[in-house]
Amino acid sequence: MKPFTPLTRKQDRQPVRYLVVDDSVFARKSLAKMIDTFGGELAGEAGDGCTAITEYTRTMPDIVLMDITMPQMEGIEAVERIVRQHPEARIVMVSSVGYQDNILAALQKGARHFVQKPVKPHVLYEIIRYVLNDDGVPAPAGVGEAQS
Amino acid sequence: MKMQLIQPFINAADSILAHALDGPTRIGDLSMEEEGYRPKGFSARIAIRGEIEGRVILDMDSVTAARVASALAGYEVNESEQVVRETLCELANMMIGNAVTLLNDQGYQFKVHPPEVHAGEDMVRGTSDTEAMAIYFDTPSGRVFVNISMRFNLSHRSEHEPALK
Repeated sequence: MKPFTPLTRKQDRQPVRYLVVDDSVFARKSLAKMIDTFGGELAGEAGDGCTAITEYTRTMPDIVLMDITMPQMEGIEAVERIVRQHPEARIVMVSSVGYQDNILAALQKGARHFVQKPVKPHVLYEIIRYVLNDDGVPAPAGVGEAQS
Repeated sequence: MKMQLIQPFINAADSILAHALDGPTRIGDLSMEEEGYRPKGFSARIAIRGEIEGRVILDMDSVTAARVASALAGYEVNESEQVVRETLCELANMMIGNAVTLLNDQGYQFKVHPPEVHAGEDMVRGTSDTEAMAIYFDTPSGRVFVNISMRFNLSHRSEHEPALK
């Protein structure tokens, strides 16, 4: 995998923290691996929408990667509830189901972006940079490069 | 069986396998099966209900399943490990998700049920009025089989039938 320039938070130059929400353990592991190559930190994981809401409040991540189809509570409803409580939440939907109705619904509920599975690391990296906007900056040369 | 319903699954399987296994795939011969389907070892089965109804089986032998899981996990995986089932499940999810995206954007409404992973070679019976299409993909990790049985739900058919003729 091509090395990525590690992304850090502008406010304190610490690694960007992620909450990964997916009912598939395999998918969570795969995203966690990508986050590592981005120089990020896994703040928490959740396997359904209900747990995602709890974990968001507990970990206050910089970015949430959220699946759509999950048991108990689906991703779009979880987005709505998280954004209602935390309007600043940055949530990127990550789903194999990418039809327009789903994408529009997620964006209307407050998701910032959408990426379809299988996730290409360079695509996710660019989306995260875009979603972080000015709050995420590449680390200074030499910082975190060992992780790439 | 309508090829309009089948083609998105073939395209999705080809694309997902090539991407996930990071190598070229070759699509094998198509065949129709009426008697049912005997899986090769590990199979993920997904049911679809709504204006389109049917099921899709993603199937491979246990050696291939372990190789596929190893390729995706990035470390050597034994065929007895849970990660093999999870990998197969996620591959099936991605394949179905990509295919139903195309079908849904064409206006069809249906629900996709979560994949069920089975180990073993017990015959999967079809219904008397539905034939299945079988196809295989040669991948860097071995041969992967896809078996698709799909039809329009008659109770919803009138709305879409003219557009598909």
